Amino acid sequence: MATEAKVDPMHQFTIEPLFGSDGWEVAGYNLAFTNSALWMALTAVVLWGFVALGMKGQLVPGRWQMAVESFTGFVDDMLEANIGKAGRKYVPYVFSLFMFILFANVLGLLPLGVVGLHPFTFTSHFTVTGILAIMSFSIVLIVGFAKHGIGFLSLFVPHGTPALMIPFIFLVELVSFMVRPFSLALRLFVAMMAGHLLLEVLSGFVISSSNAGVGTGVLVGIPTFLLMIGICALELLVAAVQAYVFALLTALYINDAENLH
Amino acid sequence: MDAESARMLGAGLAAVGAGLASLGVGNVFAKFLEGALRNPGAADGQQGRLFIGFAAAELLGLLAFVVAMILVFVA
Repeated sequence: MATEAKVDPMHQFTIEPLFGSDGWEVAGYNLAFTNSALWMALTAVVLWGFVALGMKGQLVPGRWQMAVESFTGFVDDMLEANIGKAGRKYVPYVFSLFMFILFANVLGLLPLGVVGLHPFTFTSHFTVTGILAIMSFSIVLIVGFAKHGIGFLSLFVPHGTPALMIPFIFLVELVSFMVRPFSLALRLFVAMMAGHLLLEVLSGFVISSSNAGVGTGVLVGIPTFLLMIGICALELLVAAVQAYVFALLTALYINDAENLH
Repeated sequence: MDAESARMLGAGLAAVGAGLASLGVGNVFAKFLEGALRNPGAADGQQGRLFIGFAAAELLGLLAFVVAMILVFVA
């Protein structure tokens, strides 16, 4: 061991321009095509392919069509249960949101490192999840004000609030409403980032303990590696649960805008 | 104590929050299972609420993680 190789767990989140960053200046911003953009494009293509292959609309659905239909049916049921009949018109948006996040999370977990490629989980960046959350939040605002006008503000005063308490409750509810996009974005970004960090830190344990000798390799490296396999399974669950939670909370917020309290 | 070690200690203390959130998340699922075993018929209809409770409990633990990350990498 001439040089102590140190595994930097944060390195996996670096955004790098793939084809150089010269000549991409647009209106003062550098719009270089980064690894993040590449994985977003890949996710969109894979998602498009997945859905397109299931869109044949056969009377007796094949396996692929069943898979796509169970996803659409799942989102449809969720919106119907949380918003009611009016929820049907949000199925395209919530379905795209759910599937995009799900595919992004799962693609970011692919073990492509064994063939030398580096999967990049763009949902582990606050900018990406922030934009997704702002999209959901703007839909809530637009629908709310378009449907109820200024009456949308009655969302902040629950039924039966004593008159004395109205200014205070209004303030509290307003803050809890304004915090929603942040909590929505933060949850997805931190959950994905924490999982990938954990895997990287554990793999650092495996590498440095095996480098230190056979004894520590067996004592520390192998148990850690077994733990990593378990954590990988947990991460697959987290990837699905976080996509579901994002879609579910979007549905709940849209419900507030559609039906008030 | 110099600022660097205070920062690291603070980050370590913030990680306590992640453990406490695990109690909360465990509680959410434990209570759901308890209720679901008593009345399995009503269990499926409540899964949305289960995940809302899970999301709320989990977010607070994730905030502890954010605080730790800010202390280690930003502050």
